[in-house]
Amino acid sequence: MRVLMFGWEFPPHITGGLGTACFGLTKGMVKLGTDVIFVVPKAYGDELHPGFRLINASDITMDFKDSQQQEFWNKINYIEIGSNLIPYMEPEEFEILAEKETKKTSEKSRTIFSRKFKFSGKYGKTLMQEVSRYALIASSIATQYGFDVIHSHDWLTYPAGIAAKNISGKPLVIHVHATEFDRSGKNVNTSVFEIEQKGMQEADRVITVSNLTRQIVIEKYGINPEKIVTVHNAVEPSGRPEAATIRKHVKEKVVTFLGRVTYQKGPDYFVEAAHKVLKRDENVRFVMAGSGDLLNRMVRRIAKLKMGTKFHFTGFLAGAEVDTMFAMSDVYVMPSVSEPFGISPLEAMRSNVPVVISKQSGVSEILKHAIKVDFWDIDAMADAIYGILHYDGLSKLFARFGKEEVDNLKWENAAFNVLEVYKTVL
Amino acid sequence: MKFINLCFQVHQPYRLRTYRFFNIGQDHQYYDDYQNRHIIRRVAERSYLPANRMMLDMIREFGASFKVTFSISGPVLEQLLQHAPEVIHGFQELAATGCVEFTGETYAHSLASLGSKEEFIRQIEKHRDRINDLFNQRPTTFRNTELIFDDQIGQTVAELGFSTMLTEGAKHVLGWKSPNFLYCSAANPKLKLLLRNFRLSDDIIFRFSARDWSEWPITTEKFVNWLNHVPEKEEVVNLFLNYETLGEQQREETGIFDFFYTLPGAVFSHSTYNFSTPSELSEKLQPVAPVSVLYPISWADEEKDLTAWLGNELQDEAFGKLYGIEKEVMACDKPDVMRDWERLQTSDHFYYMCTKWFSDGEVHKYFNPYDSPYEAFINYMNVLSDFIIRVDEKDEPAKEAKSEKSVAKPKAKVKPKTKGKAKPTTKVAARKPRVKKATTIKPKKKN
Repeated sequence: MRVLMFGWEFPPHITGGLGTACFGLTKGMVKLGTDVIFVVPKAYGDELHPGFRLINASDITMDFKDSQQQEFWNKINYIEIGSNLIPYMEPEEFEILAEKETKKTSEKSRTIFSRKFKFSGKYGKTLMQEVSRYALIASSIATQYGFDVIHSHDWLTYPAGIAAKNISGKPLVIHVHATEFDRSGKNVNTSVFEIEQKGMQEADRVITVSNLTRQIVIEKYGINPEKIVTVHNAVEPSGRPEAATIRKHVKEKVVTFLGRVTYQKGPDYFVEAAHKVLKRDENVRFVMAGSGDLLNRMVRRIAKLKMGTKFHFTGFLAGAEVDTMFAMSDVYVMPSVSEPFGISPLEAMRSNVPVVISKQSGVSEILKHAIKVDFWDIDAMADAIYGILHYDGLSKLFARFGKEEVDNLKWENAAFNVLEVYKTVL
Repeated sequence: MKFINLCFQVHQPYRLRTYRFFNIGQDHQYYDDYQNRHIIRRVAERSYLPANRMMLDMIREFGASFKVTFSISGPVLEQLLQHAPEVIHGFQELAATGCVEFTGETYAHSLASLGSKEEFIRQIEKHRDRINDLFNQRPTTFRNTELIFDDQIGQTVAELGFSTMLTEGAKHVLGWKSPNFLYCSAANPKLKLLLRNFRLSDDIIFRFSARDWSEWPITTEKFVNWLNHVPEKEEVVNLFLNYETLGEQQREETGIFDFFYTLPGAVFSHSTYNFSTPSELSEKLQPVAPVSVLYPISWADEEKDLTAWLGNELQDEAFGKLYGIEKEVMACDKPDVMRDWERLQTSDHFYYMCTKWFSDGEVHKYFNPYDSPYEAFINYMNVLSDFIIRVDEKDEPAKEAKSEKSVAKPKAKVKPKTKGKAKPTTKVAARKPRVKKATTIKPKKKN
């Protein structure tokens, strides 16, 4: 079986868990003997890709004279319309864009005549444009490669998946790692929502990473429950044995938050819980690893609470730095307000770190050896942190059961379940 | 002639409230009063009251030929006296019929038999006195918490003057032997042992309403038929159940009350069985063999060992810390400290920390106020930490009061320097009501 898979990011160039999940899943599928063509907007050249082909979308040559391309061009139109509603846009930009919009036809041909599309490969202000261009390329890829199933990861690649489906007639499976409701809370970006909904409607099967997300897809997007299947994520076995030798160089216990510092991840609840713990016990250090739009607010809050000497920020961490951070941690906290899955607690447990996770996370559906609290219940969160730091029995038990539990969550199993989903549409 | 030995355990613990670490050293309100009152009232209404009425009716109907035995723990006695005294009256009425035996147990329904011999003895004696006060009967049969038994425990119980002890008919101890005989303890042959027939007992406790069970429904006819299939020479079938099985675990709608109400009639008309109590049985029957138990057994799960209460890291730490302060507790001898000391020993707290129920859900989750053993442990340890502080303080209360006064003056002088330290305490005090509020609103946990 051959799968045409559309992603947006891939290790080591990642901004979140999506890249890690795509990598793990693809590897699992390859292990089970599946052929995977993985398409990302811009390959940097040093991605890890053992056993499957990684296509840099920027390298694809467009043959616009092809009549099929022409046909796709008509189909993709709706995306272009959607791009009029680009989010985060400033007035001047809009003006420029509006001007371009009046010369839409010529703009299009100019882009096409350039033959090769350049992708920045990073989320940016021209995100919507990039999404549509990616879809355009997708149709080209769809004609050049043979495959049985199309698999799209998250909304950025749904239009690409739809385009490839329309060109090839092959079934489309979309994989929901997160929805707009998880990312933005109540301030939902309507054009992103529309792209997501369209993708879910056009898809033959929708895979969600948790039952929590499945429920959102049913309730908020109005998708038929029968075609939605939950496949929980997994975690790679730790690849860095040297991390085990890392010793922390502070004598205090270390409590860690690791993730994007955004609304979705609930960093403010971590700060407030830290404050409660520090009032009782000064012998603890808190670390917030990651960056995001709420980072400055967090720094200000720390200053206001006068916890500066006990609360530290590391900025964004990747690769070996993450392992080092876990090796130094005594407790890992994931206070996410809304977390479709959340791989990071599994990575922490893999390093024998006890975890406190919010009940509003998909991963809490499968984890037994974790303390689960409501994200808003900072009393319970503080209490759990304090308990793990002070009552030895807990960390001992976590060391015994937690690692074992995580080691049993294998990507091959997730990949197997994904293949089962394919079988229902082939 | 064969005998049915019907024994009920009556017990409800004092469940702890959500007690956060900020409460440590601040307040000593450990118990979820609302929850405890609610549950004891509910269990009384659904189970204890109708069951007591039924037992009384049965005794009136069948006279002295129907016999039943109760083990009532200290915590449930206290809670019933406070919130449902009519249940106690019911037991007193039953006691007056002369057809009912009350067994001894540890007052706090504790695991003291495994933690401290002195405490074990103290609690047994306290319980024996209490039962004597309330029901005018001095127990001669002993039922340890969760039917926990080994040779040493048997020895201690025998030394305290008990003639009979109830325990589990654990397969790994009995081997080929049948539980349906009177045995005696190998360590002290004076102590007779009655062993629970766990198959027939559990058929009622767990499977009575299990529609997916091939034997469902159990009727009295069917049950008497099973009793009749017990090999001819065997003498006694020990049915040890939770009293809550009647009406709470098995709801009234399942027909559990009708089952028991019609049982004696069916037994008398269709079998050679008679009802009897443990102390009568140890007089009537001859022990067939000694039983030696080197490692403690209990009535829990498949394993019939202690792993539901002890053995994982959480349980062992909590248990070790608790019994580690026994001497200090005994030294301070204050009623409120003694009360909490006993209530914290109740086996249920350790049961909630069991990690086995991850695979063995149903049974353990029953009546469990916690979502996970981790939460149970953290909450218990917070309470225990506060309790330890209280016990340590009580060691030298006089000194402390004095020193506080004498230090008070110099403190005022050094005030500018200690400002930073003094501040948090006032802050915490100001925050206290807020914390309390949050925790009283929260308990929306099941049960």
